[in-house]
Amino acid sequence: MQRAWQRLYAWLDERLQLANLVEFMGKKYVPVHRHSIWYYFGGVSLFLFLIQVVTGILLLLYYKGSEQLAFESIQFISSKVSFGWLIRSIHSWSANLFILAVLVHMFSVFFERSYRAPRELTWMTGMVMFFLALGFGFSGYLLPWNELAFFATKVGTDIAGVIPVVGKPLMIFLRGGEDVTGATLSRFFGFHVAVLPGIFTVALGIHLLLVQRQGMSEPLHVAALPANGRKTMPFFPNFLLRDLLLWLIVLNLLAILAVFFPWELGKKADLFASAPSGIRPEWYFLFMFQTLKFIPARIGFIDGEVLGVFVFSLAGLLWLLIPFWDRRSARGERNRALSYAGLCAVMYIIAFTILGWVL
Amino acid sequence: MEYPPQLKQQTSRRSFLGYILAGGFVAWLAAIAYPLFSYLRPPKQAEVEVTSVKVGTLSSLPKESGVIVRFGNKPVIVVRTAAGEVRAFSATCTHLDCTVQYRKDFGSIWCACHNGRYDLNGRNIAGPPPRPLDPYRVSIQGGDVFVSKNV
Repeated sequence: MQRAWQRLYAWLDERLQLANLVEFMGKKYVPVHRHSIWYYFGGVSLFLFLIQVVTGILLLLYYKGSEQLAFESIQFISSKVSFGWLIRSIHSWSANLFILAVLVHMFSVFFERSYRAPRELTWMTGMVMFFLALGFGFSGYLLPWNELAFFATKVGTDIAGVIPVVGKPLMIFLRGGEDVTGATLSRFFGFHVAVLPGIFTVALGIHLLLVQRQGMSEPLHVAALPANGRKTMPFFPNFLLRDLLLWLIVLNLLAILAVFFPWELGKKADLFASAPSGIRPEWYFLFMFQTLKFIPARIGFIDGEVLGVFVFSLAGLLWLLIPFWDRRSARGERNRALSYAGLCAVMYIIAFTILGWVL
Repeated sequence: MEYPPQLKQQTSRRSFLGYILAGGFVAWLAAIAYPLFSYLRPPKQAEVEVTSVKVGTLSSLPKESGVIVRFGNKPVIVVRTAAGEVRAFSATCTHLDCTVQYRKDFGSIWCACHNGRYDLNGRNIAGPPPRPLDPYRVSIQGGDVFVSKNV
């Protein structure tokens, strides 16, 4: 048996030069310090993404992406297919935990300044995946074709429509017409299962490659320590095993949530019904939704919405380009003002999310 | 530096070929991009031109109530005021495209999405809506309520 493995390894090594890889893995170390815990959230995000891929493919076996059949096919999955309710519930819960894990990962990278040179591309590919994750959430939300999702999509795509010049064509492109109809559902289905996963996979590949090539970033205060004052842990097997243990815990959490709090389906969308009260988007869009509620119809000479969309887009762009304008962190200096600004942003997001939830 | 005449001719011939190639490449890209972008734009669906819709009988519309009716592929809200008058407006909120509803407790038209309010003349009176709701014409013929486009 042992010999067979050795022969297989030798055969693969001859073709793939595995020895280099094994040597690389053996030399990979993860810094150990009081903020090490944040290193795990990237891995958790990856794990939840993999869960999404697997459960998504399983749902595809029964889901039908059309106005007449979408809602019914999910009813069928939830009530007739063996463990269909579990797969759907896991997909929905995992989607939300994925966004949560990604948010934690993103903000921890921000506060640790891990985006600073030479890791600008890791940050940018991460941001691309973050925007794609929001796209996954927005498009996936519509697929059950229920009342809440229908109006959330009307509002969401209409917001895209307020952007000057490109807004209207963009809205029509997203909706597949002037209004949200079955054509929108077909498009969103295509985005959700083909377009977004395709781009996401490329971004993820680059992101992971960069992390492997450059190793884990050290926070400024650790990087400033003398070489003999820094503690590390081998990536393989120490860090990897911890990673796997956490994945197991997350899987258990997911199973508990999916079983005890199964995801609701709601009422089928009716194109000619009033929007129900208590309508709200997914929680990660709530702070923007709530802000739009507070903005008056007109501020000076521009529409409230246009201003809101403009400010959020600008904030998103600044956020994406942080590694390039935060020169202090790039030089290895502390940037307290930026930390406070980030803290304010986090508090604003949390406060408005809670407001959106209770109001 | 002065080029000999035959070399000058050669460079201009070369740059001419360069322009032809680059221009051809751009035209080739356009020939690919144009059909692709055209494909992304959904075709205009032939709409049945609706001019008038029967809502129902007047007696089916109690005072201080509202109902959504289908007008072509747009929703229209028909409300009956406390005084018994019937009015109709586009039910599409001018804010962000949600469908509005009549709220008896407010005595006004309300949009659930962002808490926008319109009075029973369709005027935006509170919340984010930037414009009034478009009015529709209501006619009552022999106890039946009809809604038609306001021309």
